[in-house]
Amino acid sequence: MVEISEIIEKNIQEYGKDRKALLPILQNIVYEKRYLSEDTLVQVAKSLDISSATVFGTASFYSFLGLEPRGKHLVRVCKTIVCDMNGKDEIMSTLEKTLDIKFGETTGDKKFTLLTTNCLGWCANGPAMLIDDDVYTDLTPDKVIEIIQSYKKERE
Amino acid sequence: MSTSIKRADIIFAPYSEAPYHKFKEIITTVTPEYIIDELISSELRGRGGAGFLTGMKWKFARNAEGEIKYVVCNADEGEPGTFKDREILTKVPRKMISGMGICAFVTGAKIGYIYLRAEYNYLRRDLQAELDIFHDVCKEMNFNFHIEIFSGMGAYVCGEETALLNSIEGKRGEPRNKPPFPTNEGLFGKPTVINNVETFVNVMIICRLGSAEFRKYGIHGQTGSKLFSISGDTPRGGVYELELGMKIIDLVNEFGDGNTKAVQVGGASGFCVPRAKFEEYTIGYPSKLTGDSLPTGGSIKFFNSKRSMHHVLENFLEFFVEESCGQCTPCRVGTQQLLKGIQQIKTKSVSPLYLDKLYELAKTMKITSKCGLGQSVANAFCSIADEFKEEIIY
Repeated sequence: MVEISEIIEKNIQEYGKDRKALLPILQNIVYEKRYLSEDTLVQVAKSLDISSATVFGTASFYSFLGLEPRGKHLVRVCKTIVCDMNGKDEIMSTLEKTLDIKFGETTGDKKFTLLTTNCLGWCANGPAMLIDDDVYTDLTPDKVIEIIQSYKKERE
Repeated sequence: MSTSIKRADIIFAPYSEAPYHKFKEIITTVTPEYIIDELISSELRGRGGAGFLTGMKWKFARNAEGEIKYVVCNADEGEPGTFKDREILTKVPRKMISGMGICAFVTGAKIGYIYLRAEYNYLRRDLQAELDIFHDVCKEMNFNFHIEIFSGMGAYVCGEETALLNSIEGKRGEPRNKPPFPTNEGLFGKPTVINNVETFVNVMIICRLGSAEFRKYGIHGQTGSKLFSISGDTPRGGVYELELGMKIIDLVNEFGDGNTKAVQVGGASGFCVPRAKFEEYTIGYPSKLTGDSLPTGGSIKFFNSKRSMHHVLENFLEFFVEESCGQCTPCRVGTQQLLKGIQQIKTKSVSPLYLDKLYELAKTMKITSKCGLGQSVANAFCSIADEFKEEIIY
């Protein structure tokens, strides 16, 4: 487990103790911890010597930086028009059934969080979704079940 | 079916020589002034959608005072229905990076950024590997220029150039007032050229072919080829390189499914063209010579007669409600009221006449919003509400 203080230190070394280090720091923390807790935001503010309100204001602006605890894998389904036309509702209900949670929720084992997102840039291959940084396109309910199973099986 | 669609094959033409050979040749054989003259003469317009003349932008940045300057590549491709930059970043990133290098040569910038949207993070590793090759070439040439990748975090508004610059500075991605323009006061307050991925590729094409040859593609005022992202009700979705200046009807004949009732040009912030007007509009950038021309970053979405245009409009408005940065009132409140309004009309909790009020609101947003996001909501709203009024009201 990488400590938050290590992440902050590493980025300050790279970018300087400067406002421009803020987003790389937040991105790296989200990458390791999946979300930014209030304590984390205060810690970041102190180390960059800026107000915690500034850090909160910046962090809350960006949809890919989460402020609530989330699971190990972030599943983001595209809900913009073309994926919508190509059956994103069916994909979403399949995910809800397979993981037994609603969108916006995290599974009990903290392994998956279901989220929607805007256009992923795969309109000619919709419906599309991201799991963490990996993209899945031309989705069907069967394909979705298979993909989720492969994540469930990993390192078990 | 007859069609005047002209395909081109220059952007994705495979690499034909050693890495960055042409870039090396250019920075050792021609002057920055020559490149600016070539770009101006080519009439190349920015490919992100706004269509500003690239040569002029580079000239302003070159002439701007100051030692420190920046080159920024806008790879925050977030407009619904647009995915052509992803194709460039995947297939021919070297051409884009070369274009950025030429820009550094022209402006004197030492640092460049590629602002890559979070949704494309899977491209980052290969892109970095390509940058490593480029940086080796720069070192070998004694050319002092370094490009860094900056990851976005899922904010559509960061595709707006000044919001993007704020984001690199570590701030909320809120657009700035213009002027000052980035060419004078851009990243960290320094003169900055910010261009779309496809624009940098076109710069390399012009350097390679020459402006006269480049102008042979497209029509007057709309020169060159353009990448189109084709999606929706079409059997042939994908990215296509076409010459600018075609009519909508040509696109429909080529890509439609035989039942096309509307074409959305330019994404959610673009215009909806109904079947009756397919003959009327051409695609390019507005200019006196080409008449009714619709600007576009290249997003073309087809809707067939099975689609509810109320549903399409509702989806677009939900998108804008989420993506409005909230900084200025017309956009923050306007997007929410437009969405609520068309939902209320649908459920008949307000009179159909309420649509006229919403129409006025959209027009007010167009003239009072701070940036292109709020200003362009009216494009989709008014064109859909105008052309498909019966679907919105009933």
